[in-house]
Amino acid sequence: MKSNRPVNLDLSTIKFPLSALASITHRISGVILFVGLIFMFWAFDVSLSSPDGFESVKTTLQDNFLAKFVLWGMLTALGYHCLAGVKHIIMDFDIGVNLENGHTMSQVVFILAAVLAVLAGVWVW
Amino acid sequence: MVTNITNFGRSGLADWLMQRVTAVIMLAYTLFLLGFFLMNGDLDFVTWKLLFQGTAMRIFSLLALLSIAAHAWIGLWTVATDYIKPTGLRVAFHLVVILALFAYVVWGVQVLWGA
Repeated sequence: MKSNRPVNLDLSTIKFPLSALASITHRISGVILFVGLIFMFWAFDVSLSSPDGFESVKTTLQDNFLAKFVLWGMLTALGYHCLAGVKHIIMDFDIGVNLENGHTMSQVVFILAAVLAVLAGVWVW
Repeated sequence: MVTNITNFGRSGLADWLMQRVTAVIMLAYTLFLLGFFLMNGDLDFVTWKLLFQGTAMRIFSLLALLSIAAHAWIGLWTVATDYIKPTGLRVAFHLVVILALFAYVVWGVQVLWGA
């Protein structure tokens, strides 16, 4: 490679195509899920520990806005991450691996993820 | 071939396959739990406890738990190697992730079989 080729690595000056946004969102949602797991494990642990523990998790998730928001955030991240993952596996089978279909599938993933986010919100609240 | 000592399977192809296999397991587990919650609208402690006392559910949960660990290791390894350039910092990040995942696995096993 010639070393004097122009390079632009200033990401803030680049307009990302939708598939790139879908990719970075997949990564961000994955990191969110990793961090948020601690709350899920806590709820899992306490809810199975005793009837009182179960009730405390239940009332927290019914009354506490912050807990509801964390749960909704986890469900939304999970929904997006699953959809984007399914898209990945579809493309692994060599389906839709071109610019046009890649764009369309990214659109579908974002739209379905938004629907799931709304449904998760309805469920939590 | 580039070998790396911090990735999960010591090979990009092994990681790629492991990422898909664990993803499918976790998707199945997620859909199962979603179905369970939807069918048990007003969930009570006994139903919830009973679900996790079955051996099949414990094995399914353990499989999902180990899948989380492998999947998150591979995923966060990929993210870290893309964005964290200084080697020391990156290796430290890998170690924190691996330790956290190990803690998740131990915690999960304790809840599934203990208490």
